[in-house]
Amino acid sequence: MNYSNLVNKYRYSLILLRELVITEFKLRYQGSVLGYLWSLLKPLFLFVILYFVFVHFLKVGSDVPNWPIALLFGIVLWNFFSEITNNGVGSVVSRGDMIRKINFPKYIIVISSSVSAFINLLLNLVVLTIFIIFADVDMRWVALLTPLFILELFTFGLGLAFILSTLFVKFRDMNYIWEIITQALFYGSAVIYPLSMIADPNVGLAKLILLSPITQSIQDARWALIDPANVTAATIGSSLWMHVFPFALSVVTLAFGAWLFKKNSPYFAENI
Amino acid sequence: MSKDDVVISVKNVKKDFYLPHEKSSKSLKSAIINAGRKKNKELTTQHALKDISFDIKKGEFFGIVGRNGSGKSTLLKILAGIYQPTSGKVKTNGKLVPFIELGVGFNPELSGRENVYLNGALLGFTRKEIDAVYNDIVEFAELERFMDQKLKNYSSGMQVRLAFSVATRARADILLVDEVLAVGDADFQKKCYEYFKGLKKTGTTVIFVTHDMSAVKEYCDRAVLIENGKIIHQGKPSVVSDEYLKLFMPNTSEMNKEGEVSRFGTGEAIFENISHLYTKEKLIIEFDVVSKSDTTVDGLNIGFDFYSDDQLVTGNGTKYLDGYGKGFSVSPHQKRHFIAEFPNNFGNFSMELTLNLRNKGGINICDEIKPAIKFQSNNSHLVRFFRVTLPLSFTETH
Repeated sequence: MNYSNLVNKYRYSLILLRELVITEFKLRYQGSVLGYLWSLLKPLFLFVILYFVFVHFLKVGSDVPNWPIALLFGIVLWNFFSEITNNGVGSVVSRGDMIRKINFPKYIIVISSSVSAFINLLLNLVVLTIFIIFADVDMRWVALLTPLFILELFTFGLGLAFILSTLFVKFRDMNYIWEIITQALFYGSAVIYPLSMIADPNVGLAKLILLSPITQSIQDARWALIDPANVTAATIGSSLWMHVFPFALSVVTLAFGAWLFKKNSPYFAENI
Repeated sequence: MSKDDVVISVKNVKKDFYLPHEKSSKSLKSAIINAGRKKNKELTTQHALKDISFDIKKGEFFGIVGRNGSGKSTLLKILAGIYQPTSGKVKTNGKLVPFIELGVGFNPELSGRENVYLNGALLGFTRKEIDAVYNDIVEFAELERFMDQKLKNYSSGMQVRLAFSVATRARADILLVDEVLAVGDADFQKKCYEYFKGLKKTGTTVIFVTHDMSAVKEYCDRAVLIENGKIIHQGKPSVVSDEYLKLFMPNTSEMNKEGEVSRFGTGEAIFENISHLYTKEKLIIEFDVVSKSDTTVDGLNIGFDFYSDDQLVTGNGTKYLDGYGKGFSVSPHQKRHFIAEFPNNFGNFSMELTLNLRNKGGINICDEIKPAIKFQSNNSHLVRFFRVTLPLSFTETH
């Protein structure tokens, strides 16, 4: 394949990606009165509920300064991850009609649904920034590392989305299974409670949980942006491989997901 | 012929589909349950294409003809890269745009304008490129006043016009055209003709799948006839179309026996008292649908197929009508009286009236009468090249 062919190939992908993202965005809240505001209101309401239950009544997180902000940040990042994967599962099958009628790079479908999730994340981060400004959060230089952790979470989520959407073409139970796993991960990933709750009585368990790219990236992002009191692999003295593992897992997941998707995508049209 | 001239080369292409016996085998449960069993028992292999080879040269108008289920759509999808051949190779040289269906990606919730951009993107247009031709597209589709309305409020004819209008902008070296393109009213079909003629002048390679032999003879330089997944004839369009018509010979001779009417079906519900009236403007058909079953017969559709010289030329069915989409029912020993009206565009025609009972396993034919009506008229407005759906008005009286 020569150079101009290569350019043309990606030109088509980009045109398509752009159109699919625009369409998805337009359709998402079509007909609703508040429209896009819902993508802000949803996590905010979840935050308010969790704040009252956990912070106000159960007094969770009093040892972490600015815990409510860290809680909101965690919820925003979690929503991002959950949206990439849960939208990703059905993305290929829901475009089945298109896949059967025209040949186009199928990975665009998964990427466009993850880009939509990313746009949502950006909107949510705007709200978070307002909270950060009003709260007494001490801005430090390490805050600049935050995008790195978000990128890591994105990588992991996208990799899973590739795997899940491929599996869903053949196994239509995949979306239900993933919903359940997502529920378990939500409670297991120290999103709604500070990881210190686990680390204090059981450092080993905390280290284990921090091997998950979800917990690790959320905790590291909280540590960098909100307050250094948030537990990370570094603060509880994990060994070097434990630091590297979640990053490596994210990259490997994406590589494996992309490989699996690429291998199976030529047969999507006849299997859907 | 030099090698550079070949834009599509198909070599020994085979395509098998593995069809699971049960629909539920797509779930994880059955995958686990069936994990221990031999796969061959679970799947039936369908050989859709068996050893297909041909070359298409640059600028050629190449016809693919064959009966329903012969494998021509599978072949088209393999050429378009939508399906992968089980074995064999397809080489394409140049940008290929498939029109398996018009308006791919059209979303009913978006406006006409937004759909133009979306559909355009699938055909490889940037926003800017669409901007430049947007007015032409709208004008060609004759939809100036409707572009900001949602697509779901368009009639099917309007949707097709819009989709075709975008499609004609596609710049491709090779166009794959399925005959489903050929819809719309007479005016619009004229435009389609013009477009096809234009394509021939520009030297675009066109692969054209159709049932219509007059179109094959008029447009194609070369054609192949596919039957049961094999090419049974290849060459001159006139010869191929003769061969194609020969496939129907057994049926034809049966049909032509003077006054013979073939009628078959399961008989749960049947037609009775069929009568028709043919005026200058309309063809009116009246009939009863009578239940012969002790239980309610549900999900009934009526199909109206119009034949001319034993070729299906047009038709319509109740399932496309509002309120009849899921079919109608007759309770035990009930008689329902229907009146169907068609505009009069027919020449010499015979008509087949079919009553279908749909259920989960597919379509059961309760009653089929062929031909239900047969006569000649002097009107020679017969629609040929393009399949059209006839406007049908359908009422029930008591």
